[in-house]
Amino acid sequence: MTSLPVERLARPQSLHATDRSDRIYRRVLTGFALGLPLLILIILGVLFTGALPALKRFGPTFLWTSTWDPVAEIYGAAPMIFGTLASSVLALLIAVPLALSVAIFLTEFSPGWLRQPVAFLVELLAAIPSVVYGTWGIFVLIPFLRAHVVPPLKAVLGWTPFLQGVFYGNSLLAGGVILAIMIVPYIAAVSREVLLAVPASQREAALAMGATRWEAVRSAVLPYGRAGLIGAVILGLGRALGETMAVTMLIGNRHDIGVSLLQPAYTMAAAIANEFSEATTNLYQSALFEVGLILFVLTVAVNAIARVLIWRVARGQAVGSRAL
Amino acid sequence: MSGRVLRRHLASRAMTAVVVVLSFTAVLALLLILGNLVLKGASSIDWAFFTKSPVPAGQSGGGVANAIVGTGIIVGLAALIGVPIGVAAGLYLAEYGSGRLGFVVRFIADVLNGTPSIVVGIVAWTFIVRPTHGYSALAGSVALAILMIPMLARTTEEMVRLVPHSLREAALALGYARWRTSLEIVARTALGGIVTGCLAGIARIAGETAPLLFTALGNLNFSVAITQPMQSLSLQIYVYATGPFDEWHRLAWASALVLMGLVLIISITARWVTRQRYGRIR
Amino acid sequence: MVASANTRLRLEAAHLTALFGQHRAVRDVSLLFPAHIVTAIIGPSGCGKSTLLRCLNRMHELTPGASVQGDVLLDNVNIYADDVSPIELRRRIGMVFQRPTPFPTMSISDNVAAGLRVNGRQKSSDVDDAVARALQQAALWDEVKDRLHTSALALSGGQQQRLCIARAVAPQPEILLLDEPTASLDPAGTQRIEELCHALNRLYTIVIVTHNMQQAARVSDYTAFMYLGSLIEVGKTNELFTKPKVEQTEAYITGRFG
Repeated sequence: MTSLPVERLARPQSLHATDRSDRIYRRVLTGFALGLPLLILIILGVLFTGALPALKRFGPTFLWTSTWDPVAEIYGAAPMIFGTLASSVLALLIAVPLALSVAIFLTEFSPGWLRQPVAFLVELLAAIPSVVYGTWGIFVLIPFLRAHVVPPLKAVLGWTPFLQGVFYGNSLLAGGVILAIMIVPYIAAVSREVLLAVPASQREAALAMGATRWEAVRSAVLPYGRAGLIGAVILGLGRALGETMAVTMLIGNRHDIGVSLLQPAYTMAAAIANEFSEATTNLYQSALFEVGLILFVLTVAVNAIARVLIWRVARGQAVGSRAL
Repeated sequence: MSGRVLRRHLASRAMTAVVVVLSFTAVLALLLILGNLVLKGASSIDWAFFTKSPVPAGQSGGGVANAIVGTGIIVGLAALIGVPIGVAAGLYLAEYGSGRLGFVVRFIADVLNGTPSIVVGIVAWTFIVRPTHGYSALAGSVALAILMIPMLARTTEEMVRLVPHSLREAALALGYARWRTSLEIVARTALGGIVTGCLAGIARIAGETAPLLFTALGNLNFSVAITQPMQSLSLQIYVYATGPFDEWHRLAWASALVLMGLVLIISITARWVTRQRYGRIR
Repeated sequence: MVASANTRLRLEAAHLTALFGQHRAVRDVSLLFPAHIVTAIIGPSGCGKSTLLRCLNRMHELTPGASVQGDVLLDNVNIYADDVSPIELRRRIGMVFQRPTPFPTMSISDNVAAGLRVNGRQKSSDVDDAVARALQQAALWDEVKDRLHTSALALSGGQQQRLCIARAVAPQPEILLLDEPTASLDPAGTQRIEELCHALNRLYTIVIVTHNMQQAARVSDYTAFMYLGSLIEVGKTNELFTKPKVEQTEAYITGRFG
């Protein structure tokens, strides 16, 4: 080790310097990050200013008026609000058992080799574009419902108000079912991450007390993750409320309030999609802006609740954000 | 085994069976959709489908070349706008996001992730279509970029946080300034993950239709001018699927298959990039 | 020059207290690190020895909530003075951590050159020379000279740690801080690093933190013993290990606690 090179290069020995670059870097990044809060304010601002004429003209009656008459210039969003909520609730009723089953299966029951493929396939479900769902719904789902689902349903439950009238195809039922298929992957992905965040000790404690595997899931795992699971479901609700294309293509687009699943309905998103570029008068357009405002505020509120619930389980982690 | 224990085991078995059956129903739905797409779409796909523009309604033949090119342009432009903003916001969250502002930004990003895309279409319409008095591809790209940003911010943050803290310390101890540590060491190490996030974001917006309805609008002719209306695959599918002609329905299925294929290729590339990167590092 | 290299003062901690929030991890430590001398800091886990080391190149303050009271003097300049740039400071003080931290996206050569490039010295022949010299100093040259442009992650743990030493010495710092550099290495790797300490103290002032007393005895000229954040005793290594003056030191080195 005697031949080690020892010469030193001349170089400044000063310790004194100011580092402005770090501050600039931080400011630039902060600027970009502030874009997000700014964005939400811009969206709100745009919708609110656009909706002002309608807000002034109709006031709160907009929410419960059922008339939507561009000729008489009377607008009320009640049918769309009803249709949005009804189709979303129907979608949740179908999707929640499916999605929770997927999540429970993947975290608790699946053999190791099946886990990846099933998770991948369910993830693919989220990758299918909405308009493709709509196409599939028109040409496959509706004929299927007409031939194999509606007749037996009518036979058993035809006396209830939910199944009155003739099934022409485009309907609350078709819209709700397609929405259900579409939100399954979101609910499943977030639920799965919530269940994965449940400590193994919870499960083991139940098993050690002699619980069967299902009992361990029901009595230990699900209660532990309850807030997060509810969050996942609400997140799915948020998706369903704002989903546009597939619903527009399947729900029938009729300004009408009816409890029968077989009748056409309308949603807020579908109304904007269908009518926005045709809205010729200022008031018509403004009414659609107001519909957009209601939809935006509703989905933001629903998503915010969902996030709070999910964050409570998986503190600060971006649970599910990759899937979304 | 006593009756009670037996009953508990039977109940456990039964519930397990229910869970398994419901899970496979969900998977079945996917397989059905993909199967239908291939069955009904593949037969209509030929060379002309990719190289020709649509012919007038009622005639047969024609293709979706304009829509494929249009999708590429609209999505590419959206990525050009959205990726820098989203990634920078994500870097902020990972580097400086532990405080109150970080919490707010993170929360808003998550909330915006679930915003209806149609609402974003209205915003782009207000800022671009209305002042310029004309629908344009650019307006569509802006709408799609807005949809990308919150998603990219969160995935970028997540990927950057995966980089071990020790690397950051090593760079700082060498006399790297914080910004150089952040960009040249940390972000560079997480690059594979960031690229994956960007590709996933692109895959998602590539299939978006609603925000394009009154921004890019659609165009039956071949057009590459971003200040003019432009066709996209998704808009084309919407028009064809809801139209009255059998020929259109045939083209709708074929276009849907192409769009789905495009989205799948991007998604799978994204996974492949991740595997490459982390397969090598860890 | 009157003062020889051995006695010239390089680095001194004066009444140094390091805090994490309210917790005082290092308590009022004053300690001299003479030039071209290997000083070992020993003590049980959690005694504040690593924190003390991280105060010497201002790495401590990067932890959220961490702060420092007191002074650290480098050639009589207080490195905690307002106008001292921590970045410039860290370019003059090399540091090696417990676990090897090669930059995963860089080749072996780029890893070693990282500290040079960040200093702004760009001429590629200069950089190549410096890389070769640093790798020789870290006794890694013969093992990697044929694959300088391959990934650093293909190296073994011991090689990676020597790579990190090469990376730390490439910018020719005056001081080298080693934070338990052999903690994650096998005995053979540990031996190579210890040999390096002997070889490198001709060039650098070395401060090594270790919980391994034998290691301290083997590599260092001076040893400081810390306990519960305080400096208990410091002295020539052979004296401290054979004739400790403080009872706590004796208890520790004879294995009665820690």
